[in-house]
Amino acid sequence: MVTPTLTNAWRVAASVPDPELPVVTIEDLGILRDVTEYEGARVHVQITPTYSACPAMETIRTDLIETLKDAGYVHVDVEFVLAPAWTTDWITEEGRAKLERHGIAPPAPRDGGPVDLTLSVRCPQCGSLDTHESSRFGSTACKALWVCRSCKEPFDRFKPL
Amino acid sequence: MTTSRDSSPPPLRSSDEQFRGRPDPSARRFEYVLGLADDALVSAQRMGWWISRAPELEEDVALANIGLDQLGQARSLLDHAGRIEGAGRDEDALAYLRDDRDFRNVWLVERPQTDFGVTMARLLVLAAYQSELYAALTRSTDPTLAAIAGKAVKEVAYHLDHASRWVVRLGDGTEESHARMQAALEAEWPFVEELFAPVDADLVAQGVAADPTAFREAALGTVRDVVVEATLELPDVPPAVGGGRHGLHTEHLGYLLAEMQHLHRSHPGATW
Repeated sequence: MVTPTLTNAWRVAASVPDPELPVVTIEDLGILRDVTEYEGARVHVQITPTYSACPAMETIRTDLIETLKDAGYVHVDVEFVLAPAWTTDWITEEGRAKLERHGIAPPAPRDGGPVDLTLSVRCPQCGSLDTHESSRFGSTACKALWVCRSCKEPFDRFKPL
Repeated sequence: MTTSRDSSPPPLRSSDEQFRGRPDPSARRFEYVLGLADDALVSAQRMGWWISRAPELEEDVALANIGLDQLGQARSLLDHAGRIEGAGRDEDALAYLRDDRDFRNVWLVERPQTDFGVTMARLLVLAAYQSELYAALTRSTDPTLAAIAGKAVKEVAYHLDHASRWVVRLGDGTEESHARMQAALEAEWPFVEELFAPVDADLVAQGVAADPTAFREAALGTVRDVVVEATLELPDVPPAVGGGRHGLHTEHLGYLLAEMQHLHRSHPGATW
């Protein structure tokens, strides 16, 4: 985990929402890795993709540049970093709470193995634990499709990675 | 590139001299990374065929997602290959402006997969191979390759899991599904060995490349366990000739590339 240095530039960058899940910010998801300010209102930002093919990365880059320039920064440079590889464990507590409030079951903490199957998933609509996975692959690369047996509603679940 | 064929995109300037003798180390690393990239890219394109054609909606989404993961891995690998080559070719130039003889993927991934059983048999083998490959490459002395592998290994775990479930469900299913799943394994098996052919020994010695002969047993053990659970039998068929790592391909790759590259080549520089 990167310990964020709460510079002004970090706070501005951290406010950028995720384009596919606008209820959470890129800071909530752990996508924002590092923000460094230099003299002359220059900023270097590092972000990491959730999945190799995450199609949101280009949009996030554009949004970061726009947001930071609106905040007065003159030169904004956004770098994609792959290592260390992103994990759902980097989603903050606040991020998890926001996801659940908006009907997306947050991922369980990963426990060694790459595919976590053991814990039951709570329905973000009615809170029931009587749910089942309908498809391990969902509307975006980072989510799976689940269905609640109690309220019969389908819901997205953030896949543990 | 170690080849100097006329159809190749821009000739290498800086290292032309070295190509007359033994390819220089960066050219060999380029070839190796290109092989990994092209396996992922060509497989992604084949997965894309299933979009709107899968047996059920969830499967449509799953195969599209798996193809997307592979495409993402291919992009990172092609970008890295382009930087190693140092001739100014980016991921798009490498994906869209090479001809079939310049592709380095194995035959396993390039043949059509219009049969669902074949798709699952192939994904089982490919994902079992890539799981071991990427796990080994997380320790590569090439830090970019290690970083790409660190992401890919987690994604491929989902692919392996998906293929395993389907192979078991179909193999241990009805008489019809059992027979078709067995036939699919028979169809894919000649193309398995090419994945485990030795790679550049110097790159392995330097810790850049992962030695496929070292993880062959582990990968095939994974496949074997699934096949046994599925009440199927491992085929006993001789391996195909292969040659994809050297640019020798089946006729199917040309058609695949024609479809994949057509738009980019017909409208050079177009953006949207």
